[in-house]
Amino acid sequence: MELLVPLVVASVVDVGIAQADKGYIVHACLLLVGFGVLGLAFALTAQYFAAKAAVGTSAELRKRLFVRMQSFSFAQIDDMGAPSMLTRMTSDAQQVQTGINLTLRLFLRSPIVVLGAAAMAFVVDVYAGIVFLAVIPLLAAVVFSVMAACTPRHRAVQEKLDGVYLSARENLAGARVIRAFRMEKKEAAAFSKQCDGLEKAQVGVGRIAAVMGSLTFALVNLAAVALIWVGGVRVDAGVLEQGDVLALYSYLALVLVELIKFANWIVTTTKAVACMRRIGAVLDTEGEPKQAAASCDKIEENAPHVSFENVSFTYAGGGAPALSGISFTAARGETVGVLGGTGSGKSTLVSLIPRFYEATEGCVKIGGTPVGSISAKTLRRGIVGYVPQKTVLFRGTIASNLRWGNGEATDAELMEAAKAAQALDVLEAKGGLDAPVEQEGRNFSGGQRQRLTIARALAKKPEILILDDAFSALDYATDARLRAALKELDCTVFLVSQRVASVMHADKILVLDEGHIADMGTHDELMARCGLYREIYISQTEAEA
Amino acid sequence: MKRKTFAGILRYIRPHLPLVVLTLLTAAAVVAANLLTPFFAGRAIDCVAGKGAVDWRRLSVYLASIGACALSGMLFQWLMSLMNNRIAYRVLADVRRDAFAKLGRLPLKYIDARAYGDVANVIVTDAEQFSEGLLLGFTQLFTGILTIGGVLGIMLAIRWEIALVVFLITPLSLFVARFIARRTFKTFKAQAEARADEAAFADEMIANLKAVKAFAREEENAAIFEEKAEKVRRASLKAVFFSSTTNPSTRFVNALVYAAVALAGAFFVLSTAGTAAAFSVGNLSTFLSYANQYTKPFNEISEVLAEFQNALACAARLFELIGEEEESPDGALPPLGRAEGDVCAENVAFSYTPERELIKDFSLHARPGMRVAIVGPTGCGKTTLINLLMRFYDVDGGAIYVDGKDIRTITRSSLRENYGMVLQDTWLKTATVRENLCMGRPGCTEEEMIAAAKAAKAHNFILRLPEGYDTVISEDGVLSAGQKQLLCIARVMLCRPPMLILDEATSNIDTRTERIVQQAFAALMEGRTCFVVAHRLSTIQTADLILVMKAGRVVEQGTHAELLEKGGFYSELYYAQFAG
Repeated sequence: MELLVPLVVASVVDVGIAQADKGYIVHACLLLVGFGVLGLAFALTAQYFAAKAAVGTSAELRKRLFVRMQSFSFAQIDDMGAPSMLTRMTSDAQQVQTGINLTLRLFLRSPIVVLGAAAMAFVVDVYAGIVFLAVIPLLAAVVFSVMAACTPRHRAVQEKLDGVYLSARENLAGARVIRAFRMEKKEAAAFSKQCDGLEKAQVGVGRIAAVMGSLTFALVNLAAVALIWVGGVRVDAGVLEQGDVLALYSYLALVLVELIKFANWIVTTTKAVACMRRIGAVLDTEGEPKQAAASCDKIEENAPHVSFENVSFTYAGGGAPALSGISFTAARGETVGVLGGTGSGKSTLVSLIPRFYEATEGCVKIGGTPVGSISAKTLRRGIVGYVPQKTVLFRGTIASNLRWGNGEATDAELMEAAKAAQALDVLEAKGGLDAPVEQEGRNFSGGQRQRLTIARALAKKPEILILDDAFSALDYATDARLRAALKELDCTVFLVSQRVASVMHADKILVLDEGHIADMGTHDELMARCGLYREIYISQTEAEA
Repeated sequence: MKRKTFAGILRYIRPHLPLVVLTLLTAAAVVAANLLTPFFAGRAIDCVAGKGAVDWRRLSVYLASIGACALSGMLFQWLMSLMNNRIAYRVLADVRRDAFAKLGRLPLKYIDARAYGDVANVIVTDAEQFSEGLLLGFTQLFTGILTIGGVLGIMLAIRWEIALVVFLITPLSLFVARFIARRTFKTFKAQAEARADEAAFADEMIANLKAVKAFAREEENAAIFEEKAEKVRRASLKAVFFSSTTNPSTRFVNALVYAAVALAGAFFVLSTAGTAAAFSVGNLSTFLSYANQYTKPFNEISEVLAEFQNALACAARLFELIGEEEESPDGALPPLGRAEGDVCAENVAFSYTPERELIKDFSLHARPGMRVAIVGPTGCGKTTLINLLMRFYDVDGGAIYVDGKDIRTITRSSLRENYGMVLQDTWLKTATVRENLCMGRPGCTEEEMIAAAKAAKAHNFILRLPEGYDTVISEDGVLSAGQKQLLCIARVMLCRPPMLILDEATSNIDTRTERIVQQAFAALMEGRTCFVVAHRLSTIQTADLILVMKAGRVVEQGTHAELLEKGGFYSELYYAQFAG
């Protein structure tokens, strides 16, 4: 549409003005307005569909990402890390959206306009067309070479900027230590240096980018000189008319505008492509199998409630096995304490029960059925209640959080769970079940969160309750009351702790040492025969022993 | 508020004022070159009137003028960009430097009250938006206004009637731009809200994916997310579409202007043909080019103005940080010198917020070499005590003395120099092990450093690191919690301060490492006044004084025997822990 405009104007000059035909001029100008209206209509339609496509794609990508990430196994979550997953969901998806939108809008327009302008120039006059043929590649060469030079430098700038951010954040997090060591000035000097480096890099990129603007400006105007000169020669020879020269000049202006847009497009798409690749990497990762092999959700009655049969486990990429040769059984209703230092494999051991990780060797069974053949949903929702080390609540209310495991629980049931979890005073302090919970439960203290997460697990009335170091933020008195309350419940409890005091009253204590069971038994048995247990006990209660 | 922001901006720009003026001058030159080109091109086209009627002499003059415009325009544009960049990035670096240095002088109260990410963002993102949006935007605004003024001026000079036509249609373009901008703003706001909601949900669920999976909540979450994503999709479609209508709409207005100019111009060419003030075809060409050029700055200006709003908001946050009240300066105060380690608190009162009184009438006397254990449930306010002792916060009432000197009458840095601090939250810098160890004594020798590392039982594992003492430690690098703690102990060992503040918590450490850490702690405490946040019975029982804390207050103090006899909160804690 726009390509026709110069031709119409040319005809205004060559026909309308030359023959003093006012009616022709008016018609031609109305035609121009008509082109404008049509152009607007087409453009708006195109924009609408471009936006729809881009936005739709991004929404679909995000949904798929979310679903795919949720299907990841714990091992995959460890591998990828939450921050990296979130960037893909937010900024990467956004970049892709912008990229698609711009591509649809520009790519369908710019090359057509540029090539079209050149083609029209040929239609007007072959010689003038040749000027275009010479200029367009030159312009393209300038634009592309400048961009090629800038891209790696842009990346360097980005890296330096990340460094600046890291320093700022680190200094905020370490404010106390930095002041304690009187490092304020030194840190400021180091930061200043970083800023200088960044400034230098930025100015460097700017210097190259500046070349593009000025060179294209010069090129196009010099092309105009050539064009009018050639036009002059052709007009002199009577091949062209004055209006044609005018039209050619207009085409040149069009080319310039589009090339600049095109350059922008390339910047955006290179980013978008990189982002899409990162998203693709997630989407191409297979999540954990929904359910291994044969499905068998029924639990046999007479088998031990939980049994580990010569279980070994190695984290992906983590050389030495985290657990090896673990065998034990737990009867229904028993409390099993798991004791050991960090890295001894306590958490790993209990996370094999709800199949967060799959045993590399051996077999974990619940009621005689291998956990691998129980669907994850049945296992995690119906059978096992799990209280993780990292206590986290979710945005909503206390009630909505407690109902996480059991959507149908009545208020009375929730209160009961809260009571067992020693969380009644939390409810009281915050204003009952409907008290609001902020993102990640920020408005609760660590101890309050810990008790609520225990209540959350209890609310679903699990057959097996796993408390993974879930008492660490509780004072000893609350810890003791909570343990007494758990005894009342009809479920098999796994209690992971660093504190001897927390596990010493369990029916069975597993003492872990570097992935092996060093010994198991009751407190008294272990005191009598297990050196490691005694050592831990003494180190924690020295004076009494 | 606004005035403070502008004052701040001016303060940073003033040193570059000559460069700013120069930039504006070159910008004017660029605009001139830009505007003269179509003018000369129009004249040049006039020289090619028709077959055999080409005025080669004048044509070459005009073409040479275009060439000159092109080359000088290129030069000036290049210079302008260079100067622009130089100013913008220099100001950016200056602002960042100052904001960062400010961090070291702000009261910890300020830092504690804010998320680290937020403050870091002010220094990084806001500063960038400010410098790029405001400074680069300013030149754009300036050239835009010059262009509009210049175009109108030249058009008026050539043929005021047609200029009037253009002038009359101008408001339409402004109106369209305004209308779109307003709609866009609303839809963008809606989009931002929908997006923030979706992001908050995703953030929460992905960051805690393990908890989600532990409860098998995947399906419910996917449904909620789907709903939120749909909301974003609808809001985004509106926002993206409305914002993208700007271009076609202004192109349309452009087309109108173009048609009007073509129409009026053509009539003028006819009606003035042969008269002295003839309006030539070349003039028409000039006008058409201008009509094309002249709506563009309007777009740019409306964009720049929107950007300005944002940049101003960023600048406001930035200068608020830079202008934030600092800790009382203590440069004029005498330093403490090397202390004996006699710490005395008299009737100390303190609270973080005026509404909630925390510590009242707290007194304590720790003589040199004494060991003070701080005991209480998690979150009972043990850090409050550390905050006061090291003067991270000032007391509200009473006073704290070191060697008989009120700690507010000596420099903070000399006070802190006398303390060694090992917190549970082991903060290490992203730097080499060596740099981390020598933090407190930058000038120490290699032997001293290694001796300290050996005393802290850290030497052996450091040697096993990939590059020994030159291994770079990063936030989630190779070090275990225990190893980090050992490094922190070694760091303090090297300073040999007369007073210590330690947090014993070793819940993240396995038993073997714990024993090593304990030995290191013991070596460190030897002969120094110690405040120990105690978790171990042995530490508590052998302490010279126990402070029992609950809900932010010191509720009891005395020796182990005294407190047990008293039968208060301490004895309750004690029996629950070890006899439960």
